[in-house]
Parts: sequence; C-alpha cells; structure tokens
Amino acid sequence: MMATQTVPERPDLSGQDAITVRFAGDSGDGMQLTGGQFTLSTALAGNDLATFPDFPAEIRAPQGTLFGVSAFQINFGSREIDTAGDAPDVLVAMNPAALKVNLAALKTGGLVIIDTGEFTKRNLEKAKYDSNPLEDGSLAKWDVLAFDISALTIEAVKEFGLGNKDALRSKNMWTLGLALWMFDRDRQPLIDWLNAKFAKKPDIAAANIAALNAGHAYGETAELSGPLKQVSMPPVESAPGLYRTITGAEAVSLGLVAGAQLAELKVFFGGYPITPASAILHHLARLKEFGVITFQAEDEIAAICAAIGASYAGQLGITSSSGPGIALKGEAMGLAIMVELPLVIVNSQRGGPSTGLPTKTEQSDLYQAVYGRNGDAPMPVIAACSPGDAFEVAIEACRMATQYMTPVMLLTDGYIANAAEPWMVPDPESFTPFPAKFMDSLPDGETFLPYERDAKGARPWVKPGTPGLTHRVGGIEKHELTGNIDYSPDNHQAMTEARMNKVHGMMVPDQGVALGEATGDLAVVGWGSTFGPIHQAVRRAIRDGRKVSHIHVRHICPLPANLGELLAGFDHVLVPEMNTGQFKTVLRDQLLIDCESLTKTSGQPFAISELEDAIGVYFDGISGNEGGQVDVNDEQLPSPEGGEE
Amino acid sequence: MNAPVKIETTLKDWESDQEVRWCPGCGDYAILKAVQRTLPQLGCDPANTVFVSGIGCSSRFPYYIESYGFHTIHGRAPAFATGIKLANPDLDVWLVTGDGDGLSIGGNHMMHVLRRNVNMQIMLFNNEIYGLTKGQASPTSRIGTPSPSTPGGSIDRPAQPCAFALGSGARFVARGFDVSKKLPEVLSAAHAHKGAAFIEIFQNCIVYNKDVFHDFAAPKGAEDNQLWLENGQPMLFAKGEKGITLDRDLLELRVVDVVDGDWEAAGVIVHNVTNRSIAHMLVELPFGEYPMALGVLYDDPRPSFEETTVAENERLSQGKKPDLGALLAKGQTWTVDGTAQDPV
Repeated sequence: MMATQTVPERPDLSGQDAITVRFAGDSGDGMQLTGGQFTLSTALAGNDLATFPDFPAEIRAPQGTLFGVSAFQINFGSREIDTAGDAPDVLVAMNPAALKVNLAALKTGGLVIIDTGEFTKRNLEKAKYDSNPLEDGSLAKWDVLAFDISALTIEAVKEFGLGNKDALRSKNMWTLGLALWMFDRDRQPLIDWLNAKFAKKPDIAAANIAALNAGHAYGETAELSGPLKQVSMPPVESAPGLYRTITGAEAVSLGLVAGAQLAELKVFFGGYPITPASAILHHLARLKEFGVITFQAEDEIAAICAAIGASYAGQLGITSSSGPGIALKGEAMGLAIMVELPLVIVNSQRGGPSTGLPTKTEQSDLYQAVYGRNGDAPMPVIAACSPGDAFEVAIEACRMATQYMTPVMLLTDGYIANAAEPWMVPDPESFTPFPAKFMDSLPDGETFLPYERDAKGARPWVKPGTPGLTHRVGGIEKHELTGNIDYSPDNHQAMTEARMNKVHGMMVPDQGVALGEATGDLAVVGWGSTFGPIHQAVRRAIRDGRKVSHIHVRHICPLPANLGELLAGFDHVLVPEMNTGQFKTVLRDQLLIDCESLTKTSGQPFAISELEDAIGVYFDGISGNEGGQVDVNDEQLPSPEGGEE
Repeated sequence: MNAPVKIETTLKDWESDQEVRWCPGCGDYAILKAVQRTLPQLGCDPANTVFVSGIGCSSRFPYYIESYGFHTIHGRAPAFATGIKLANPDLDVWLVTGDGDGLSIGGNHMMHVLRRNVNMQIMLFNNEIYGLTKGQASPTSRIGTPSPSTPGGSIDRPAQPCAFALGSGARFVARGFDVSKKLPEVLSAAHAHKGAAFIEIFQNCIVYNKDVFHDFAAPKGAEDNQLWLENGQPMLFAKGEKGITLDRDLLELRVVDVVDGDWEAAGVIVHNVTNRSIAHMLVELPFGEYPMALGVLYDDPRPSFEETTVAENERLSQGKKPDLGALLAKGQTWTVDGTAQDPV
C-alpha cells in the first residue's frame, strides 16, 4: 500500500526553527476545518504561527476539479513568525487536483503526503493529468508518502456502520491525526472539540475521533518502517500572558465592541452579506448581551444608511463590506461627512474591480478609501496589519469617529479577515476610555448652533429626544454655524475648508520605524497585511549588513505628521503593495517624495523571497534571495523592478 | 418602549424659522399645514419627533417643521429611519418621500421598511412627476405623460403606490390629497397605528403636472368622485346616491345606485379595515370607472420590527453577562508555558 520514492537531499525538518505545512484538497474535503484545528493545536503547543486560508469562490465546485481546490497553509515555529511562509515543507494532497495546483509551491525535497485512494482514472482526468504522477516519475524532486487514506479511513470507522460516503467525511480527521503525530501534538483538545461539536450526534463524534486516532496510530507504525519521522518544535519565547488564536474578522468584531464600550456607546451594526466581510456580521450577531444591535439590511446602501441613522439617534453606527459593497455605500459616506456624524466603515478588501476575486486578497481599495467619493469628501483611513492588530485598529477607528464626529474607513483584507494568529489577550482595564459627549442643554440665553465647532473641529452631537435642541441636518450645504441651508459662495468655501481641516488636523501618533534605523539606504514602506513578509525580508537584509528599514504605516489619512521627514532620511523608498501602486501615489501626492512601487495582484500575499529580491535590486543589483533556497512558484513572481504602474 | 407623553402645542410651535421654498401654489404647502395642524392634536412633542426625508421637493419638508429633522439622500430615507427607530424606538418618526424618491430610486427600501413593519408614518407625496429635477416622467406618471425625458409621451406603465405597499406587506394603507380637509384625520389614523403606516397623498405639482388629480381632488366640485372609507360604515359616495358592492361570483367591486338611502337593499358593503382581500381590490380600483378610494383602506397591526428586535435581543442576552474581559479570553486559551486551559 505504501509507495515511496527515494529523494536526494531530503531536508531535515527537525533542524528547522520554522516549518510550513499546506493542507490541500477538494472544497468538500474540510481542509479549512483541518487547518483551523491544526492551528489551534499548534498554538496550544506554544509555537508562534501565521496561517493562510486559500479557498475557491464557489461553495462546492464540482468535485475533483482544479478550480475546486481548497488549501490552508500554516507556518509555525520556535521563533517569531510574521508570514504564512513562502514554500511549504510539507504538502498534504487529498486528491490529484490538489496535488497539481499546489505541488509547484512545495520546496524541493519537501514531503508530499498523498491519498492514493483518490488517484483514480476519473480524478486524474479531472485534474488534467495525462499520466499518473505517482507512476510517471514526475514527483522525483520530492519525498513522497503515498497511501490509501480513503481506505484506511473507511476501515477505521467501520464499526460505526456509516455508509462509504459518510465514512469518507472523516478523511480529514484521519489526516489531521497523522499531522498531529508528525508534530508531536496533544490530541485531547481536538477530541474535546469534536465531542462538543457533535454533542447531539455522538456516533459522528466517535467516528471522527476513531479516524483521528487511526491517523495518529498510522504515523507511529510508519515511523518504525519508513521515511516518516516525528518532528518536535519547541515553543517560542513570548511575553508572559494569556493567549488565544484570533482571526482578523474576530479581532475587528471584538475591537468594535471594546471601542464602543470605551466611547460609552451602544453598537449598531448594519451589514449585508458579502465575502470576506460577512464574518464580522456573524460575530457581532452573537454579542447581543453587549448591547449590540445587528441589522442585516436589504442591500449595502441600506446597511450604511441605517448605521448613519443609528449614529444620528445616538449610537455608534458601524457598517462593513468589501470593495463592491463599499462602492455602493459611497454616496451615504458623503452624507455622513456632510452631516458630521460618527461612523465606522470596515472594508475587508478583496481582488477587484467589480466582483473580481471574492475569496482572494488584495489591497486595491486604497484609492477608493482615500479619494473615492463625489465632492471634496475627506475621511480618515486606517489599516490593520495583522489579525491581532485589527483589534487595536478597530478601537482606534471608534475613537477617531466619536471624538471628531466623522466617518472613518478601516481597511483590512481577505488575508487578515480569514487568517489566524496567536494573540495575547489584552486586559480591558489597560484601555483608555474616550467617552462620547452628547450636548443635552444650553446655557440660558444662548442660541443653539448645531455646526459650531470645538477645538478639534468637531460639531456637537445631539440625540433626538433632547428638549430645546431641535435642529435639522442634511446633505445640502449648510450654514457654518446654524446648519440651515446655505449655498452662498463664501459659506461653501468655509465649510469645505472646515471639513478638510478637521480631518487633516486630526492627531495621529508619530510614525515610528518597525525595524532598522531611522535613516539609511532604503526604507521599505508598507501598510496593511504586507507587514509580515516585509518585516521578514527587511530582517534578513539587515542581517546581511544592509541599511534597510521597515516602516509600517497604520494611519493612511491623515498621514503621521513626521512621515515626510522620516522618509527624507533614506536614499530610496520602496512601497510594496498588493495593488498597482496606490499607496505610492498617496505618498507622492501628500509628501512630494520619490518612491517606487513593488506591486503584486495575483490574489496571493507577497512571499518573503519576492521582497528580498526587490530589496536586493537596490544593493549591487544582486538578488537578495538567500542562496536560492526558496523555490518560488513562478506564477507568484512580480517583476523585480516592480514596474512603475 | 414607554408610552409617549402627550404635550400641549399649537400649530406655531411646529413652524421652523426656515423660509419655505416651494413654488407658489404647490400642494406641499397644504400638506405642511395639515401636518402642523395634526401634530398638536396628537399631543406630539417636537423634541421627540423626527422627520426623515430623501431627495426631491417633498423631501425639503423636515426643514420647515420645528422638530428634529434629517434630510438624507435620494431614496434611502426608509433605511435611515429604520436605523433611528432601532437605536431609539421611543422616537416618533415621520418619513417624507415622493413618487420618484420612494418608488423609483428607493423602491427597494420602501418594500423592506413596509415588510419589516418599522413603526413610523410614511407620507408619500404623489404628484406623478419629478419636480425638483424639472419635470421628467416619474414611476407613477400615466402613460402618455409628455415631459422633457419623454417628448413623445411616457410609455412605461405606472406603479400604483398603495398596491405596492400592500403587496410589500404593509399593515396600514391610506390615501388622502393635499387640499383635503380630511387629511389630518388620515394622518391621525396613521399615527395611531403601531407599525409602518403608509399614506399616499396626491399632491398637485402646479408647474410640471398641473391638475392631474383635478377630477377627484379639486378644491371644489369633485366630491362626488371621492369614496371616503370609514371603518364600519357602508362604502357610499356621491352624497350617498352611489355605493360599492361586491360581485361575489366575479370577486370584484362594482358601483351601484342607492335609492332613497337604502344602501343595504343596494347591496353596498361595509368597510372593514382589517379585510385584506377587499383592501387589495380598493387599491386597484381604476379611477374613472370607479371613484377614488380615500381614507384608511387597510389597518390591521402586527408587532413592529423594533419591538421584536428589542425582544429578540433581550432573549438572546438572557443569562449572559456583558463581560468584555471574558469575551476577549473566550475559546481555548493557553499561557506561554504551553498549558491549555479549559474553554471559558
């Protein structure tokens, strides 16, 4: 049953301080669940980690097809992990299509675990294989562990009397059991989880546990007789505290709840289903005890309009979407800017334009966030760099919105939304409250002026229901103090400037350097989810003696006041982004500095090696890829020069 | 939700300091006055009242009422109003829209605010034309309406606002017209209804669509063409000389002559505001062949959206403490030494 091939230069996983594993299978094979549970076990083992779920837009694409392949990659180690890893060390391929789509990414000499039970003539045809790769020698570059996982699973769950189809659903648990054995992990948390998940179907729970145990036992046996070796990864050194894993969507949701509490407001969330933003609606819908109202609107426009209505009535209005939905919300954002009410808009960016790549990641809505409305419509924009960071950024968005009476755009992306990482659970007592102020009365004899501004440029917030302060607001230009309709030339000039000054005068923290010195040859400036790969690439470049620094910008609009000065201390500025150079344009626009782009729009995050190559170009024109160890998938390579547009 | 406190006001208390900017002779002036007359009768409190509007002539309305007002964007007023009511169910919300705003660009939101049954009064000013954009045919314009965008006359079939409302699941549907003395009564009935109350108000656009409702809504001489419906009263019109009967074989309404006031002998039916089937017939009656059905056509309340939302949120919160610290630490946690803890 076991067919192995000998491989030269097989890498020794036990000698590495980080390992990348990719689980790949059909959409129906439960690979995301397998990956999620493996992630949890990795976290419990004390390793640092980063994950990259990569799944098709179709819910159940036709079985066995190339476009139906769903993959989950995890990079974990005994050191700090910033990215989901470039090339996997281990690939688990549950069918021929999964093998075909993912094999090219696997490191030379890496281990590929294959379910031969799925390598039927029909499945090979669906995966467009002319011949069986298990037999034609095309896998010679890799260490292959191929056996009939399907048959082994059916055997393992035989006693539960399930039909073959149901029995095969436990295949992912069998595989997970093997993976847990490989990395010397405790099975108990997973068994507990299965028992809780299938509390009402104890047979299914038992079958899954049996499959899990069988996979684990297989590892033990295989070790005795063959190439499979157990690898033990020591825990990473991290700050003491309580940890959990968190995805970006969870972190945003928790951050919004925390932010609203700090503002002493109730959350009103208006949403409409869209990938990958829906998860925020789902999370918040389960937090009613925090005073959260969730409203699934009839469309994206109604979702934001209802949120603005709630802000008008005195709650913290929040809406979230992805690019196409954000486009629909544009007019309402303009109204929120015009009536100057707090509002948080979360954009979980995905590949665009139009429907684009619904399940793939991109950072291409930056123009839309910064410039994308009719009229002069300034709006603060901030971006999260990782799942955990999304928590803090969400709190910051709530603070800006309520303190400055303005809508705020919070950018995450499909990668951040879906990816998981360990997160040190913060102590709510450590947060600084920023209670929202409502005007509830006027000193005797004073006239109420709804648009009279405070020192920050913010107008008063008055809840309808407050006696003596009735007033009207709307989207028509209004008098700079009374708020009454006023189209006069001087007034529009004054109001346009007032709105602009308020946003551009906002206090944002000074820009620091994430890694490296405050001056040097090259600043690599990133924003959003490119943080991880940029950080690693810059770390390696610094180790090689290069004067490179990583500058990560959270506040996109307004930019930190010292950013221009900071960047002036570098000979070159490189801006890697998963778009065609949008932040580069903003930097040139706002700071009048020369900066160059490194762009990528493949729907995949940057690989560290791609950034190393790009950094290398600035130093003797030599590629920075460490001795060519990383076998990069050609399809993922950007042009090293980055291209101007 | 507390019962609103009734307070004493006069018409003057509901007049804002803003200069009214509708065209001289516009039907909107009459509607504004009718509303400002009705609000004191209902004991409404300006501080607790919110007028929400979209875009168009009708939607300037909130500026002229001394209360809280929100002039929003084209077609979306129902969504804003829904957010306002969910955030504060105690507010008394009036929505002002027009045939273009409410049925064209905002048709989707109108459908959903009605089917969700958000407690508010929805006044749809129907003048069968786009006024503020200078006279294009609207979704309620009759076939053949000449306009700048339809120089050969409009060719698309008009929407019927009350039929749309009923079809969307509205639990209150009423009709009135701008200069009618009975408009305050209709508005009062709408206010008394708990849930979304839809009121179509025929409104004369003096500039772009003058007198299109003249046959039944002229200030004088059109009374015979008005069928004012009253719950529990026979459906009579033309000074009681005509009435409405139900043809039980064909399941349609018919006009019959009433001799010597004996409406029962003529088979005239009694209006029952909770009869949804008859309401469907009333909203569809073609004017000309029939009189214009006015007043409260249908009124059969159901729990409102904000009421059920509050109840559902309370149900889902039962037995749970809003402990942020516990929420953040939810799920499987571990400490740096790798010890797994029990799920919280």
